[in-house]
Amino acid sequence: MTGNRVAKGFLVLFFVALLATPLVMKRVSGGRGSDRAKVDAKTALARHGFYLEEVSHAAGINFVHHSPKLDSKLDPIMPEVASMGASVSIVDFDRDGWPDIYVTNSAIGSKNALYRNMHDGTFKDVASEMGIADVNQQGTGVSMGAVWGDFDNDGYEDLFLIKWGRPELFHNDHGHSFTRVTEQAGLPSWINANTAIWFDYDGDGLLDLFVGGYYSEDIDLWHLTTTRIMPESFEYAKNGGRKYLFHNLGNGKFEEVSGKVGIDSRRWALAAAAADLRGTGHPDLFIANDYGVAELYFNDGKRFHEVGEKTGVGFIPKSGMNAAFGDILNQGRYAVYVSNISEDGILIQGNNLWVPKEGTAGDTIQYQNLARDFGVELGGWSFGGQFGDLNNDGTLDLYLTNGYISLDRNRSYWYDFSKVAGGNSTIIGDAKNWPAFEGRSLSGYQSKRVWLNDGAGKFVDVAQAVGATDTYDGRSVALVDLWNRGVLDVVVANQNGPLLVYKNTVAPENQWIEFELEGTTSNRSAIGARVTLFWNGQQQVQEVSGGCGFASENDRRLHFGLGKNAQIQKAVIRWPSGKVQTIEKPAVNQLHKIKEAA
Amino acid sequence: MSQQVTAPVLPPPTPTRRKPLFSLDNRYIAPAFITCILLTGHLTFGILESYWKTLLAIVTSILLELALGQIFYRKWIHPASAYITGISVGILVRSPAYWPYALCSALSITSKYVLRVKGRHIWNPSNFGISAMLFLAPETVASLSIQWGNYLLPMLVIWALGSAIIWRLRRFHITGIYVASFIAFAFLRSWMTGSPWQSEIAPITGPMYQLFIFFMITDPKTTVRSKRGQCLVVFLIALLEMIMRLDQIVYAPFYALFIVGPIAILVEIWMDSRRANAAQLTVTQ
Repeated sequence: MTGNRVAKGFLVLFFVALLATPLVMKRVSGGRGSDRAKVDAKTALARHGFYLEEVSHAAGINFVHHSPKLDSKLDPIMPEVASMGASVSIVDFDRDGWPDIYVTNSAIGSKNALYRNMHDGTFKDVASEMGIADVNQQGTGVSMGAVWGDFDNDGYEDLFLIKWGRPELFHNDHGHSFTRVTEQAGLPSWINANTAIWFDYDGDGLLDLFVGGYYSEDIDLWHLTTTRIMPESFEYAKNGGRKYLFHNLGNGKFEEVSGKVGIDSRRWALAAAAADLRGTGHPDLFIANDYGVAELYFNDGKRFHEVGEKTGVGFIPKSGMNAAFGDILNQGRYAVYVSNISEDGILIQGNNLWVPKEGTAGDTIQYQNLARDFGVELGGWSFGGQFGDLNNDGTLDLYLTNGYISLDRNRSYWYDFSKVAGGNSTIIGDAKNWPAFEGRSLSGYQSKRVWLNDGAGKFVDVAQAVGATDTYDGRSVALVDLWNRGVLDVVVANQNGPLLVYKNTVAPENQWIEFELEGTTSNRSAIGARVTLFWNGQQQVQEVSGGCGFASENDRRLHFGLGKNAQIQKAVIRWPSGKVQTIEKPAVNQLHKIKEAA
Repeated sequence: MSQQVTAPVLPPPTPTRRKPLFSLDNRYIAPAFITCILLTGHLTFGILESYWKTLLAIVTSILLELALGQIFYRKWIHPASAYITGISVGILVRSPAYWPYALCSALSITSKYVLRVKGRHIWNPSNFGISAMLFLAPETVASLSIQWGNYLLPMLVIWALGSAIIWRLRRFHITGIYVASFIAFAFLRSWMTGSPWQSEIAPITGPMYQLFIFFMITDPKTTVRSKRGQCLVVFLIALLEMIMRLDQIVYAPFYALFIVGPIAILVEIWMDSRRANAAQLTVTQ
């Protein structure tokens, strides 16, 4: 080296500065992205406009989820292979105007629960008397989730039970009981699925059903003939379960048409959601896949076209576990939130927030992942996430639950996991090659995220400050105005853990409006109906969903926060039938029940 | 990994030998190979998080090398070495952010100019950069351990091609000893821990190791000179890695090279110095 001493001195300083950069970046991003201070409710209300109080016991809910116990050949890695099944979906099954809660259990012999809203702040489990509790019987598999949709347009929401095993369809008999109609409907005898959604893909006024397989459907997880059931690759696997699209024929029967309409995938689906992303009037289908890229299917009303890579959402493989839509910038366009895995120093996939690129729309729409820019990227081993305006300030916030396997706090399985996950397909694909779990945790005991949207492109995590302090292994999140108060409460289903009900208290000066829609020409559940609300010079679009997030379904009623002194110009409803209905100056702070105009 | 593959490892061609139809300067072999890995991996599996991040790593690396070369040597350093560093960083670093790619490249290149003993840089540059990033920024950075196809064919192709190239560069013994040691230690670990032997073998079948065994541990600039020494050092790297693996350290190979590599160089420098002193003493007498 021939440089002079001064240059060498500067070089050393430069080198030290480089080494110090990560610490500086950590400090900068740490201070900006979250409010980790635990504060009292009053302070949270003043600072963030809301606080959450876990009230499950007071509300009469004492549900605890139990994981399945699969074939003993999987015993060494049972915590991992049996790590899903806790789910929550919201339905007003008896049409009394008060939302009820359905939760799944996953051990053989365990029972699901249907919590009827008693209108007095409490709930009562009526699943047994309704005939939808004992659905995890030996030989039939176990529940992984549930979605509700009125498939026969009789006004009552019917239940599709997602299972590793025999999927079940229950007809709702006017809120008095449920009748199992699985065989009549023509559903297959076995699917190992974790996601399903109701949507009317062809606009015929009848709800169709999409089911996304996870494990291959020819595997009975309780009676394995081989241990080669695992993904062939951690991020490029295509040996998962097949996909099903059941077209509703209108006579109580369904026809499986996935191949016919262009859906042909064996990726490991964990979450699906549908919304009209291009303004065509047809719901497009987004599938978040574990062990691979996401898939986005554009729907032309008859056929689906996979455009994941073309639109940008399907190129980088991660571990997709959630799909939720939200108009986060109040621009009348949906962003898509997909949860993945992040573990410090081992695997930083980061969650994805797919935001439409400026200047792109329609068939040429392109998405860019702005999770980092918006501050919603790192959420640990993330599972269910839902958009909703938690403080009624007029922008959609994001509730994310997380945590994979919480066992021994002091011993981690990550080393063994990363060892095998990087191996050749012949190694990773065979469960017998995976080291035994031996009671270790894998991304367990994680803190949840409640990201508040500032409306200008930044989210701040306030989970600890507003009372979302649990560290259970969260799976499924549903947002619902449980007690008709004009606020979104949060219900969280935890794997091997209790069902949590976070009652929300919102600063009273923030206003709101809700819409309960009922289709006439369109499907009666109004799934796919889209409301664009115009107020105070801004707009926000929301769509009635037949299932979104991870193994969950939000309240069918659409909730808009409005902020202070809201002056609503109009609400424009576009029904799945194509009809457009405009409500001029709807009153704030109330629920509007709207029937599709004849 | 920013090895100067221009090391005079091949004998000069004899005047009577006909020039082969296709020949490639040795200094371009490694960059060409790593580019092939990158392109194959990306076009078949999409291994890169983004073109821009990889480009950022490469550009940072080359520009810094050129600048530092001018400042300290008053010459334009051939960019092949920096290119390999940059591309390695682009492949091995996994982060949703952009800055770690630039920072890792900068750390790698700068380390060559700062961490020197008797005119030799003692750390493999990209090993230094990546180890530093994994240690200092674990909340933002991980390394490529799984994000590549787990399929047999690409692995065999890369192994075959890599072996042929390393053979030509007369450094196959390093790779060979390491792989043999790793496999032996994998069985030993399996016996000790009760884990399936397949799970212990699994890491070396992954892409991270393909870069590690063909580029990092064979770097001429940061390996000792004697063949026997190279074999011993690479065995010690595998040994330390095994010990670290027993302690469940995910990035054991990087850290083992990070520790053993410089020590080996320092020992060689010390021995050279002793030999030189002894020779000088003999001459004086």
